[in-house]
Amino acid sequence: MDSLLNWITVNQQIIYIVVLMIFVGIEVIGHVPSVLHTPLMSGANAIHGVVIIGAIIVMGKAESDNYLALALGFLAVILGTLNVVGGFVVTDRMLEMFKKKKK
Amino acid sequence: MELNILTLCYLIASVTFILGLKMLSNPATARNGNLVAAAGMTIAILGTIFLYTDSDGHKLHNYGWIFGGILIGAITGTYAAKKVKMTAMPEMVSLFNGMGGACAALISAAEFYHIYRNHQGSPDTPFHDLVPVGFYITIVAGAIIGTISYTGSIIAWGKLNGRVKDFSFKGQHIVNMIVLALVLVSAVLAYRSDIGNIYLPFILIGFFAFIYGILFVMPIGGADMPVVISLLNSFTGVAAACGGFLYDNKAMLTGGILVGAAGTLLTILMCKAMNRSLTNVLIGSFGGGHKAGAGGAKQQGTVREITLSDTAVVMAYANKVFIVPGYGLAVAQAQHACHELEKLLEGKGVEVKYAIHPVAGRMPGHMNVLLAEADVSYDKLMEMEHANDEFASTDVVLILGANDVVNPAAKTDPSSPIYGMPVLDVELARNVIVNKRSMKPGYAGIENELFFRPKTSMLFGDAKKVLQDLIAEIKNL
Repeated sequence: MDSLLNWITVNQQIIYIVVLMIFVGIEVIGHVPSVLHTPLMSGANAIHGVVIIGAIIVMGKAESDNYLALALGFLAVILGTLNVVGGFVVTDRMLEMFKKKKK
Repeated sequence: MELNILTLCYLIASVTFILGLKMLSNPATARNGNLVAAAGMTIAILGTIFLYTDSDGHKLHNYGWIFGGILIGAITGTYAAKKVKMTAMPEMVSLFNGMGGACAALISAAEFYHIYRNHQGSPDTPFHDLVPVGFYITIVAGAIIGTISYTGSIIAWGKLNGRVKDFSFKGQHIVNMIVLALVLVSAVLAYRSDIGNIYLPFILIGFFAFIYGILFVMPIGGADMPVVISLLNSFTGVAAACGGFLYDNKAMLTGGILVGAAGTLLTILMCKAMNRSLTNVLIGSFGGGHKAGAGGAKQQGTVREITLSDTAVVMAYANKVFIVPGYGLAVAQAQHACHELEKLLEGKGVEVKYAIHPVAGRMPGHMNVLLAEADVSYDKLMEMEHANDEFASTDVVLILGANDVVNPAAKTDPSSPIYGMPVLDVELARNVIVNKRSMKPGYAGIENELFFRPKTSMLFGDAKKVLQDLIAEIKNL
């Protein structure tokens, strides 16, 4: 119990961010029309590609004789980039079609 | 100085993520919202590569590997995203989501290995002496959630493109629970092991999470895949946030949690559009288990077929025609032919509109995207509520490859798996013409009583071919 409370105190900044972000996330998309559900999901999918940052850090920190870490990091960078780039491009392609009808 | 700039980069990225999501939920700003978020992401990535220093003040190295990986990922990702057909978009999103999940899991694995390697010299040290519990939970949660998201997404991808069939067995939910419990047990075991024996429990965590992801998605019907993908999407968000905890990285944290929260809400909104609860989707009756019972429903009466020339006459001399698009239209890539038919009929003075069910196709908004691709004007697309008000004054409803969304059983038959889902009241119109490839039931696997109604006539064939022939017939009138 003590260690848990201690952990909360030590990490309170992060915990505040988490709680606030949950509310922001809910608030921000609260009124989305059903037409946009798919592009929104796809856009959110691209945003969680931010995990690539972690992959870059793992890769960049790996000692050059630590082959397993190098391999894992390299694979993670590829997959993370796929998520980010693919995600944003697919979303843009979906939304491109929405734009046309605005004319 | 450099670290301060990096902090600023992450701050900008976090703001663009929030802004991007906000703009994505409004049709007028959606496209720019996507670009804003992408710009923020680029800043965060470049900042990390060039400015990141670890707690000992070391810069990142292995630049060749990093840029190599990014290059491979970017080229493959762009190519795949550009090449994919409009109909296959949902699968693609699922696949990319799986990549993100796998990435999060790999990061956790690498961190785990990092700790192991640094303490290899003292194999008897208990693991929990080295790692505080909070830190361990974030590593292991990232591994578990990321892995589940990965395998789940791959199965969802396979289901959407028809490579994986629905599969369930008796007591599957209990088995799922057991597997999930095994994941957690392995996680606790790993924490209690000595550093020398930690390999096995850690591999078991990954293994059971891998299996759980498969079992979790396997029994859920293909029609519910969008909901599942959205849910897995928010899982990956949480997994990414675990990485944020691990590296005390605010951009990962905000981005991940934001997607986790927004994704969960979006999942619930999608369920609402189908008038079902999330629990109902996850363990509900759409799952293969009940399919046999519902699919073998009694055949009511006979089906009436209509010829192309009759259809042409009925439609050309109607006052008002509603087109109800469904997945069949998407599969046949018939959206352009559909638009052509619409223009032809309008030229003859017929009022033509489209009735869009919120979950027609494989994803919400699927039909809007598809028809927009064919330049169908936005104000011709009627949402379900408005369309339902107008069916009574409609002469002909032409259903193109839609099935469950026009099934009257959703209103009348409490035993039907789709009972309670709002549907299009097409039977109010004077004539209903249904284009399908065969009498096979739709994605929910249930018979559609509408096809046996006296007002309904069937026009079998591939949507694109039928529409092209129909256009030719009408021109010949």
